[in-house]
Amino acid sequence: MGIRERLSGNEAVAYAMKQINPDVMGAYPITPSTEIPQYFSAYVDNGEVDTEFIAVESEHSAMSTCIGAEAAGARAISATSSCGLCYMTEMLYVAASSRLPITLAVCCRALSGPINIHNDHSDAMGVRDAGWIMLFAETNQEAYDNYLQAMRIGEAVGLPVMVCQDGFITSHAIENIELEETDKVKKFVGQYKPQHYLLNKDEPMAVGAFGMPAYYMEAKRQQAQAMIDAKDVIRKVGKEFGEMTGRTYGLVENFMMDDAEEAIVLIGSSAGTAKEAIRQLREQGRKVGLVKIRSFRPFPSEELAESLKNVKAFAVMDKDDSFNAHCGPIFAETSAALYAAGISAPKGINYIYGLGGRDVRVDSIKHVFSQLDKIVETGKTGETYRYLEVRE
Amino acid sequence: MSYSLKENVMKEDRFAAGHRMCAGCGSPIAVRTVLRALEPEDHAVVCSATSCLEVSTFMYPYTAWKDSFIHNAFENAAATISGVETAYRSLKKQGKLDASYKFVAFGGDGGTYDIGFQSLSGAMERGHDMVYVCYDNEAYMNTGIQRSSSTPHFADTTTTPVGKVIPGKPQQKKNLTKIMVAHNIPYVAQTTFIGNFKDITEKAHKAFYTPGAAFLNVMAPCPRGWRYPSEKLMEITKAAVETCVWPLYEVVEGKYTLNYEPKKKLPVEEYLRPQGRFAHMFKPGNEWMIEEVQKEVDRNWEELLKLCNL
Amino acid sequence: MSHLAKDMTPDVTWRDITPGCNIYEGGTSQVVETGDWRTMKPVIDWDKCKQCLLCAPVCPDMSIPVGKDGKRGDFNYFFCKGCGICANVCPFGAISMVKEDK
Repeated sequence: MGIRERLSGNEAVAYAMKQINPDVMGAYPITPSTEIPQYFSAYVDNGEVDTEFIAVESEHSAMSTCIGAEAAGARAISATSSCGLCYMTEMLYVAASSRLPITLAVCCRALSGPINIHNDHSDAMGVRDAGWIMLFAETNQEAYDNYLQAMRIGEAVGLPVMVCQDGFITSHAIENIELEETDKVKKFVGQYKPQHYLLNKDEPMAVGAFGMPAYYMEAKRQQAQAMIDAKDVIRKVGKEFGEMTGRTYGLVENFMMDDAEEAIVLIGSSAGTAKEAIRQLREQGRKVGLVKIRSFRPFPSEELAESLKNVKAFAVMDKDDSFNAHCGPIFAETSAALYAAGISAPKGINYIYGLGGRDVRVDSIKHVFSQLDKIVETGKTGETYRYLEVRE
Repeated sequence: MSYSLKENVMKEDRFAAGHRMCAGCGSPIAVRTVLRALEPEDHAVVCSATSCLEVSTFMYPYTAWKDSFIHNAFENAAATISGVETAYRSLKKQGKLDASYKFVAFGGDGGTYDIGFQSLSGAMERGHDMVYVCYDNEAYMNTGIQRSSSTPHFADTTTTPVGKVIPGKPQQKKNLTKIMVAHNIPYVAQTTFIGNFKDITEKAHKAFYTPGAAFLNVMAPCPRGWRYPSEKLMEITKAAVETCVWPLYEVVEGKYTLNYEPKKKLPVEEYLRPQGRFAHMFKPGNEWMIEEVQKEVDRNWEELLKLCNL
Repeated sequence: MSHLAKDMTPDVTWRDITPGCNIYEGGTSQVVETGDWRTMKPVIDWDKCKQCLLCAPVCPDMSIPVGKDGKRGDFNYFFCKGCGICANVCPFGAISMVKEDK
C-alpha cells in the first residue's frame, strides 16, 4: 500500500531521490528547481542518505561533475531549469554520447528574454536533440512516478534521462500524492552496476575519445539505436511500475480517444486542463479527446499515428516556439509521424500557447476545439501556425 | 626523502608513447613527469581538458593513458575530475570500493586561465582531493596560436599579430598562480623543466600527497607557437627561470617559499631573444618594449621576494 | 563481441563499436609508430655517455628507456620523433643528430 501525502512537485522529486539514495548529486540553484537541491542537501546534512552533494558554482559544472561521477561508476543526479539547462547544453550532449545514464530533474521554465521565471517548455525543447530520454509529468504524482522509473530506463539502454515537470504549476503546487514505501522503491530501482567504469582497479577505462570520421558516425548510429530501444524499455518499466503501484505508464496517455473525431496533442500539466475541457464537451455529446505525450524522447511516433489516424482534425499544442515561421517542435514531429505512417486524412493545426506562464484555462482548450470544429465543417485548415490566448 | 634522478627515471611511465603531440612539445614532458610522481601502488584517474594534449592522446581507439582517463570538454576539466573524486568518496564511504586512488586534471593555459577558469575556481574552493596541472604554453596552440590571458606582453600570436599600429599582445600575462593561492588551498606551486627534474617532481609529489586541492602551474614551451628550434626546450625554460620571468616557487598553507634564486638575475633579453614570437621587440626603435617587459618582470619578482620574506 | 581496442578498426560496424567510443584498456597508443615522423635521428656514442641520465626525463616520447640496472639503453626509434632535446641537454656531447635516411 502506498503512503498518502501532500507534497509539491519539487518535494516529491526530492523525496524520490532520497528513497533511491544515489551516490552523487551536483547541483546549482535556479528558480523554480532550487527547492530540489535544497530539500536534498538537508537529507545529506542530516545523514539520511549516503549521497555526496557537490554545491557547484554553475549548472555547467553541475552536469560536468555528474559526467565525471557517473563515468566513475556512481549514480549521479542533478536538477535544473530554464537558462540553467541551456548552460548545461554542451555537457548534455557529452553525457548522452558517452552513454552515461545520469538523471536530471527539470522544472520547465521560459527562457530570456524578457527574463521570465514562469512555465513553458522552451528550455526542454531547446535541448531536444541532445540525446537524452525526456519524460514529462502532468501532475506531482507523475513527477514522482517518472523519477522512480527513470534510472531503470536510462541504465538499461545507457542513456541519460530528464524527468521534466512544469515550473511552479506542479513544482510548487501542493497536491495529494501517493508515495511508495522506500524498501519497495529500492527494490524496484535496484543497484547501479555498470559494466565498465573509471574506478575499476582491474580495468583502466578511457572516456571521451577524439572520434575521427571513420568512427564518429558508427558511434552516433549506435547511440540512435539506444534511443530506439528505449521505447520498449519505457513500456516495460511502466508496466512493471503499474504492477507495483496500480499506476501504469506508456509513451503516451490517450484520454477519451477511442471514438474521438477531434483531438488535442500536448505535453505536461496542461493535460489536466484539457481533460476537464474534454469532460465538459463530452457531456454535450462532442467526440473529443486528448493524446498526452509522456515520453517526448524517444518520440512516440507509432502511438501518435495510431491515436490520430481516425480523427478528422487535431491541434498540437506547443509551449514553445521554434521561430521558424512555421510551427513548434511537437507539431513538426507529430506531422512527420503521421506522414511516415501514410496517414494524411486528419487535418492538423498547431497552437503555440502558455509561453512565459500565460494561463491556459478550460475555455482556452474549448476555443481550440471550436477551431477544430470549423475545420471539420468547412474542410479548410486555414492557417496552421497559430498563437493561443494572445492579445490581438 | 632525498631526490634521485636515477630512481625517478627508473620508474615506469604511466603515460604511454605513440601519442601524437608534436616533436619536442613540452606538454607530454610535463604529463609524464607529473604522473611519475605518483607512488606506483596508487591508482589514478586522469582528466584532460580539450586541448592538443587530449586530441593527441586519445584519438580513438588509441589512448596514451595507462590509468583510467576521462575527457569531457574544454572548459570543465576541474569540475569533471571533481565529480570523479566525489564519486570515489561516496563509493568508498559506502564500502563499495577498496582501492586507493589519486585524481589529476591537465589543462592548457586556454583551458585553465581562460575558458576553464570558473570551473577551476569552483573545484579549488570546494577543496576536492585533487591536483590540477596547467601546462602553460601561453596561447591557444591547438587552434593555431591565438592569444590567451596567459600570453605574455608583446607576444606575436595569430590574434595579436604584430601590426603597424599594435605590436603584438597589448596586455601582460595574468598571474594565475597567485590567483590560485588566493583560494586558500593547501598547496600551490609554479615550476618547469630544470636540470635533473627535481623541482617539478618534488612539487608534483607534494601536490598529490597533500590532502585537499592542489594546483601546479608548469611552464611547458611550444616550439611551434614560440618559434624556437625544438631541441632548445631546456634552454628556454632555464632562461625563463634565470631571468625571473618564470620563478620557481611554492605556497604551502599560504606560506610562500622561493625554490630557486638566480645567483645573477639575467636580463629579459636572454629569454626573449631565442623566441620568434618576440623577434619584433629586437628591431631598432622597439627597445621600449624590452624595457617595459623588464620593468614588469622586476616588479613581479620584487613582489614575490616580499611574499617569500626575502 | 570484442571490446578490445585492436578490434576497433576503421571497418568496425555500428553494432560492434565500443559504446560512447570508450576504451577499456590503458596505453593502447603503443601500437602507433610515431618514429616515421622523424627527419633527424639521435645517435648515441656509448664511449662518451656517462649514464648521467639527464636525457631520460626530457624525452616527450618515452623513447629513452632506463633499465632495472639504472642505465639508459638505446633509443626507441619506433616512437622517437627526433626533436633533439636529448642531444642538446647532454653535457658530454654523446648524442648527435643525424639526417634520417629513408
